[in-house]
Amino acid sequence: MAFSSWTEVISMGGYGFYVWLSFGISLAALAALMVHGILTRRSLQQQSKQQQQRQQRLARRKQQERSR
Amino acid sequence: MWRWLHPYAKGEASYRLLGRWLPWLTGSAVLTMMVGLIWGLFYAPPDYQQGDSYRIIYIHVPAAIFSMGTYTAMAIAALIALVWQIRTAEWAIAAIAPVGAVLTFIALFTGAVWGKPMWGTWWEWDARLTSQLILLFLYLGVIALYHAFSDSRTGAKAAGILALVGVVNVPIIHYSVYWWNTLHQGATITKFEKPSMATSMLIPLLICLLGFALMTAAFICQRLRNEILRQELHRDWAQQELN
Amino acid sequence: MIKASTWQVVKTLMRRDLKVALRRRSDIINPLLFVLMVVSLFPLAVGPGPDVLGRIAAGVIWVTALLAALLGSERLFRDDYLDGSLEQMILLPVPLPVLALAKIAIHWLLSGLPLVILAPLAALLLKLPVEGWSTLLLTLLLGTPILSALTAIGAALTVSLGRGGALLSLLLLPLFIPLLIFAAAAVEGALVGAPVVGQVVLLAGLMVLTLTLAPLAVAGAIRVSVN
Repeated sequence: MAFSSWTEVISMGGYGFYVWLSFGISLAALAALMVHGILTRRSLQQQSKQQQQRQQRLARRKQQERSR
Repeated sequence: MWRWLHPYAKGEASYRLLGRWLPWLTGSAVLTMMVGLIWGLFYAPPDYQQGDSYRIIYIHVPAAIFSMGTYTAMAIAALIALVWQIRTAEWAIAAIAPVGAVLTFIALFTGAVWGKPMWGTWWEWDARLTSQLILLFLYLGVIALYHAFSDSRTGAKAAGILALVGVVNVPIIHYSVYWWNTLHQGATITKFEKPSMATSMLIPLLICLLGFALMTAAFICQRLRNEILRQELHRDWAQQELN
Repeated sequence: MIKASTWQVVKTLMRRDLKVALRRRSDIINPLLFVLMVVSLFPLAVGPGPDVLGRIAAGVIWVTALLAALLGSERLFRDDYLDGSLEQMILLPVPLPVLALAKIAIHWLLSGLPLVILAPLAALLLKLPVEGWSTLLLTLLLGTPILSALTAIGAALTVSLGRGGALLSLLLLPLFIPLLIFAAAAVEGALVGAPVVGQVVLLAGLMVLTLTLAPLAVAGAIRVSVN
């Protein structure tokens, strides 16, 4: 361990602001990339659900017409 | 080898393969990143010249290296897509570009923040920072071109051509910027000589490099899977996969 | 069936393009007016003193040249795309890169060359010291073909979009950077009396490289855009 206490860790020898700013923003950017990927998948799921519902609706309508 | 590779030109097979890789990649990436960053942040000794500010290197250098690495990967995907018309490679262009752009942004941002205590200014027209900035523009161009077309096949091919043009240009831009920088070297910059790193600092850096490599691969995996699903949404297997 | 040699086809194409372009002279003249106006804005913005103006003159002229190259670039393949002649060009029994090179040459004749001719006037307005003039003209002469070639790549990529303007600048400006650096540095070197052979040779090499590879990229981009 290069530091003896938590306050030292946070101050980083006077460079705390710069070090934590760059680590924070970098991790936030990576997290945003990951969240974007997950959200994309979720929206794809929704799209596929809508597509299926539409197909089912169409199939039902066709059946109704046939039965009539 | 071709017989082995061929099925992966199709969406479903490569989707399943990527799905098998993704958990391993993600797990090992998170693990190595955590080890590398915590080691770098808390256990590596401070630099005798730069104090603790040098710890930014544990993000900055891996991000910078892999921002260029992913550009090369994107160009290779573009070449495969254009020469052999393999659709998976076309989607790979779209999957790789945002990851590369984020890595470039991180390298730029940490470089600027590191520059503030070292050079006394947030932005210095340093050769490496400048060429990273141009690399970011190139990435944004590829992404913008891909999304400009309503037909994703045309978009992928156009973006692929741009990526190939870019990859010819990247070394030229890189060296021209370096040369320009030595020509205009400002007097205020107090550049530190490239120190030979002590082993105790180098080991966490190497771990971070490995971590970033794994993480980049995991991100590309995730986005490529999404891209495959998006393009094959009308197929039965994709519908089953999503429900 | 008439068999035409590659050279004949290229000649016919170039003649047709020239004729079409000369019928719409405003497309040629407007970018030049743009250059002159932008150049005359700078003294108004930074003051007319020769010490400031002369120092930035070469850079201003080059940046203006880059912007002017972007101005007309959307039109490069647009009309050919809309009336279907681009498809005909693909079907011709002539290698497409050769036709692309012919297109680039015509574009340079109509936009690059006039710019080189206009440059002394711009240099005069910006009070560029006389020592820099010959180098400025030389860099423009070597650099404008590169501009035309890169512009052609961008125009071919975005021709089917119909609204490529801002996107085109986003794609092209990063690619222009090495050209800008070498050309501006050459003129600056000439102003302080340093030898500029190195930069000029580099620019010439860049031009040869671009003119060799760009037609291939343009041909690929046309094929992607048309189908």
